[in-house]
Amino acid sequence: MSDPIILNGAPIAQPERSYLEPVVEEPGEATTRRFFLGAAGAAGLLYAAALAYPIYRYLASPEEMASEATAITEVTLKDAQKLPLASVLMFKFGTAPAMLIHHEDGRWVALSAVCTHLGCTVQYEPQADRIHCACHGGVYNPYTGANVSGPPPKPLKLFKVAVNDTGVEVSRT
Amino acid sequence: MTTKTLTNSLYDWVDERLGLSELAAFARHKTVPVHAQSFWYYWGGISLFLFLVQCFTGVLLLVYYRPGAEAYESVRQITFVMHFGWLIRSAHAWTANLFIFAIMIHMFSVYFMKAYRNPREFGWLSGMALLGVASVFGFSGYLLPMDELSYFATKVGLQIPAAVPFIGPAIASMLRGGPDVSEFTVQRFFALHVVVLPAVFLPLLAFHLWLVQRHGNASPPSEEAKPAAERKSIPFMPNFLRKDLAMWLISLNVLALLASVFPWALGRQADSLVPAPAGIHPEWYFMSPFEMLKLLGAILPGESGEIAGLLLFTIGIALWVLIPFYDTGKPSGQRGRAAHYFGLLAVFALLATTVIGYWTIR
Repeated sequence: MSDPIILNGAPIAQPERSYLEPVVEEPGEATTRRFFLGAAGAAGLLYAAALAYPIYRYLASPEEMASEATAITEVTLKDAQKLPLASVLMFKFGTAPAMLIHHEDGRWVALSAVCTHLGCTVQYEPQADRIHCACHGGVYNPYTGANVSGPPPKPLKLFKVAVNDTGVEVSRT
Repeated sequence: MTTKTLTNSLYDWVDERLGLSELAAFARHKTVPVHAQSFWYYWGGISLFLFLVQCFTGVLLLVYYRPGAEAYESVRQITFVMHFGWLIRSAHAWTANLFIFAIMIHMFSVYFMKAYRNPREFGWLSGMALLGVASVFGFSGYLLPMDELSYFATKVGLQIPAAVPFIGPAIASMLRGGPDVSEFTVQRFFALHVVVLPAVFLPLLAFHLWLVQRHGNASPPSEEAKPAAERKSIPFMPNFLRKDLAMWLISLNVLALLASVFPWALGRQADSLVPAPAGIHPEWYFMSPFEMLKLLGAILPGESGEIAGLLLFTIGIALWVLIPFYDTGKPSGQRGRAAHYFGLLAVFALLATTVIGYWTIR
């Protein structure tokens, strides 16, 4: 395609048409034009994909790392066997907060610490012998994780606990 | 209502409020001169494209970069942990170099086409200011990974403001944030690089681009000498724009190749107790001034050499910036020729000192 050369002073030889109007083609020109537009469109899409893919993967990196972490099925809490009675140890199971409770009667319980209502981190209250969520007043049973009162729709997830001389092992049931 | 009438009435509604048709009419009537040197007209546009790439890749790096004490660790994470982080960092670093290169080509082509003459003096001045800001962008960005090279480059680079008589040491420690390059330096260079410099650069760039629209492309004196009827031009829309965009696409391809085939390296973490690595040298765009200072230091040893070097730089740059007020004549006369030879001298001095600089790396 050659450019319309303008000699200085001469009026611009471009038609003053609106760009919204369709281009009038001569017969026979239509197929080459359509082919060119198709090829240019395909090349443009390829470029867009080649740019978008690495950028998407780059931005999604933490998400992918997190999903690798959630795949964890077992956590060893070193020296956690020394946890005093009627107290709690907060820890991360993968990426989510969890709690290890050593009850007054010596029982060990490990639970997810994410409220099933809207995802706040819950708190163990030994005096009241309950697990309480400060956000909307949800209450759970500290032995079973069952939702007792308030808005929580489901119980807290219970983990398996194994205590030995060097620490506590928490695993998915 | 058909789609067409709907589109038209929507266009009319917006047009009435924003004056789109005036812009469209302006674009339709804009032309670009055609002559033997037309190729050089693309370099301003290429510089603009590379600047846009810098904004884009810069924001992407900002997503994971942490200035201060964790700077090196976060760049290590971007380079080796995040998917394609190496590519984005490599693209940002390569574009920085290509950007300075494109600006230099743009500047020298403007200079030798004498496009700084009346009425384009402000175009030249704003362009020089943009080059100045761009080199501070380069200098501040170079420190941010906080590896060995960036540490020593910043240490050495800050010796230049430190050599200014009386106030120099205060300026240098103000920039450094203390007596030595440290996490405080990274933190303030970061603020400079991502907030202050863009805030200065963008209005200057808008002014520069507005001036180009106002005065159009300058023709070289050889073209201006021709009678008006013999000068040729092409419409900007769509003919020149199409070529411009083709150059952008070529730039993108060159950049993609460089960034992926030659990924930008990350050195060892900066440590003031580790000696400078052998063969350490400034980036190519700082090689010439570095070498000039070194040569002058050899002729005039000690502090007098440093001050003479700075003085020479200041005078040289001032002459270069003020050239539109010296070489004003429309028919190229004595002054026009003098400016031309000054330009050739500047190119020769830049190239020669750069070559000597690389030659003498040990």
